[in-house]
Amino acid sequence: MLSDISAIDLARAQFAFTISAHIIFPAFTIGLASWLAVLNGLWLWRRDAVYLRLFEQWKTIFAVVFGMGVVSGIVMSYQFGTNWSVFSDKAGPVIGPLMGYEVLTAFFLEAGFLGIMLFGRERVGEKLHMMATTIVAIGTVMSAFWILAVNSWMQTPQGHGFNDVDQFIPLDWWAIIFNPSFPYRLVHMVLAAYLTTAFVVGGVGAWHLLKSPKNRGAQIMFSMAMWMALIVTPIQIIAGDQHGLNTLKHQPAKIAAIEGHYKGYPEGRAPLILFGLPDDATGKVRYKVEVPLLGSLILTHNLDGPLQGLNDFPPENRPKSALIFWTFRIMVATGFAMLGIGLWAAWARWRGQLYDARWLQRSAVLLAPSGFLAVLAGWITTEVGRQPFTVYGLLRTSDSVSPLQAEAVGASLIAFIVVYFFVFGSGTFYALRLMGRSFEGDISAQVDHTASDPKGTQHGH
Amino acid sequence: MVIELSFIWAGLIAFAVLAYVLLDGFDLGIGILFPFLKDRDERHLAMNTIAPVWDGNETWLVLGGGGLLAAFPLAYAIVMPALYPLIITMLLGLIFRGVAFEFIHRTNRMKAFWEIGFCLGSLIAAISQGMALGALVQGITIDGRAYGGGNWDWLTPFSALTALALVVGYATLGATWLILKTEGETLTRARRFAWPLGIALLVLIGVVSIVTPFLRPEYLERWFGWPSGVYSAVVPILLACAAWMLWSGLRGRHTLRPFLATVAIFVLTYIGLGISFYPSLVPPSLSIIDAAAPDTSLRFLLIGASILIPMILVYTAYSYWVFRGKVRPEDGYH
Repeated sequence: MLSDISAIDLARAQFAFTISAHIIFPAFTIGLASWLAVLNGLWLWRRDAVYLRLFEQWKTIFAVVFGMGVVSGIVMSYQFGTNWSVFSDKAGPVIGPLMGYEVLTAFFLEAGFLGIMLFGRERVGEKLHMMATTIVAIGTVMSAFWILAVNSWMQTPQGHGFNDVDQFIPLDWWAIIFNPSFPYRLVHMVLAAYLTTAFVVGGVGAWHLLKSPKNRGAQIMFSMAMWMALIVTPIQIIAGDQHGLNTLKHQPAKIAAIEGHYKGYPEGRAPLILFGLPDDATGKVRYKVEVPLLGSLILTHNLDGPLQGLNDFPPENRPKSALIFWTFRIMVATGFAMLGIGLWAAWARWRGQLYDARWLQRSAVLLAPSGFLAVLAGWITTEVGRQPFTVYGLLRTSDSVSPLQAEAVGASLIAFIVVYFFVFGSGTFYALRLMGRSFEGDISAQVDHTASDPKGTQHGH
Repeated sequence: MVIELSFIWAGLIAFAVLAYVLLDGFDLGIGILFPFLKDRDERHLAMNTIAPVWDGNETWLVLGGGGLLAAFPLAYAIVMPALYPLIITMLLGLIFRGVAFEFIHRTNRMKAFWEIGFCLGSLIAAISQGMALGALVQGITIDGRAYGGGNWDWLTPFSALTALALVVGYATLGATWLILKTEGETLTRARRFAWPLGIALLVLIGVVSIVTPFLRPEYLERWFGWPSGVYSAVVPILLACAAWMLWSGLRGRHTLRPFLATVAIFVLTYIGLGISFYPSLVPPSLSIIDAAAPDTSLRFLLIGASILIPMILVYTAYSYWVFRGKVRPEDGYH
């Protein structure tokens, strides 16, 4: 019995680790691919070499990050079978075709045109090269479409039946793909990816502006990123709020766990617990700081809107509150910090000081990784909140796992941790070093210079 | 006549796996040949012959795995835990192989490390795939709807033999690919590799072919029974033709023919495997029909696949066309 329990815990730890490592890369490349298409378009339209310069340097960064995304993604596609084989057998008829469509419509498209985007400008001409760049960007978004369809169906399943061996049988594909939470998740994730990229680009721009305020490449990066922060962050906050309403409707236990509400508020007028330490054992939130009435107002948009607490659900169906109470707050706080910087930058721009506002730029550098933080925190919230189910309400996590021994799962978990930290750590280091180059000067000279620059590698391993 | 959807899907997945083996085969082969190349410049030239296309090549592996999950979820759920350690080591090998393309050019101090990573990653991925193939041919123990064997069932002399055969096969593909894509000294060296590799490959195919029919009685029946034995006999005859094509291609200093001959050898041995397997999907007891997803799943993805796979083949061919011809040191795909 003990080994069964630890095998499933190890399988969960392995999935959590490998998918958290993976999500970092698409969160960045979805936005980056679109931005590269914009830069390439601006170069072709205005013939201002600064856009070509930006495109070429960010293209290299994209290639490094995309390579890591591909290899970590292949791990994900096989992990369903290795660690969650019962889930694969039962849910495969529904999620398998959706993931098949991801491969057919997105993976091949990205992989097929990536070579042309990276190496083909002179071979195919500028128009076809622009087309390849656009296709890569479209591919990344299509990939998000299918993966979010799969994930949303697991959160809010519909459109299926069961056969005599307990497999999920698809009955209505339209209902399966466009399940109740899908539109909210897709919008929330794609916007998150765009914001993640914007804050990395903005942070890199700010970093170079702090060193030389006249760096044109840096000015463009910083300016474009701050526009994105100003315009997209408020949209994202609205999308997140709508997503919250949707979750309350379909996964009320998740909302109760996020809010730290153990007892319900059938009459509404629930407070908002800002901070505290939820304790699932006693069913109380210790050291809590709360604002009266705000909980009902935010969650139901109505002071008298009723809210269920975790105690309203059978104990075996409750998600744990302690972790997601905090990850949710980290996500929201990060979002508001992003909004704050967007407004600050708008004010600086209005006063004509965008490129001289040192504290604004320092803050932007500090917030450069904020998108990754928010994306990770958000995914942990939604995935842990789905527990104890893999297919919400229908298939338990404990019934989804492969018949494997704990030693095998544990050994592979350690191997993944060691390899990932080393490989993706190195890759992140190389990407950061590419971002540290100045985005100025002649491109070809820059590329040759960096390849043979002994100084540049002094900071290597 | 109504064609059973599950057989169409078995064919499609077989096609995806074959496409993977052929395309990523020469990528992995170059990694395997890496230590035998002359110097760093030649190794980087060899890498540059595959840099623009490897990513698309590897995607066929994802289609093979994803297609199996979609069309035969039960087979997927049985095979993956059965081959657990092999799948994990293959993935870890592919990680090093995949990131090396970018990382090698981003560092001077760690260059040698990523070169070793590229080589060992390719080798480990090839060994894992070869062992997985051997384990599958031997048969997988099934208990109810799950894998019923132990942690180490896949590790046998036969799976070691298939692993060796696949490593040599990939190396032959890699060598003949280099004959196609390089010139001068590198081309001469690649031709020198192709000779012993080609001979070793044919010997190993012979040994595996002799052993396989005796692993399971049904294999023996499919190969030497009547009338299926008549059709099966075509495969070795064609294989002899392919071997002659490889020999004459190398001897006549052709650049394309040796590669095509090696591809033909792979296709024929693959068909041979198909003859041993059919109509099982996971030998010995899981058949194509038993493992199939419901028709609604098969039909839904087949609509897309029948439109999208031809498109994929067209733009993949286009991408190869764009990067056609000999690769020269100054191309610098990085």
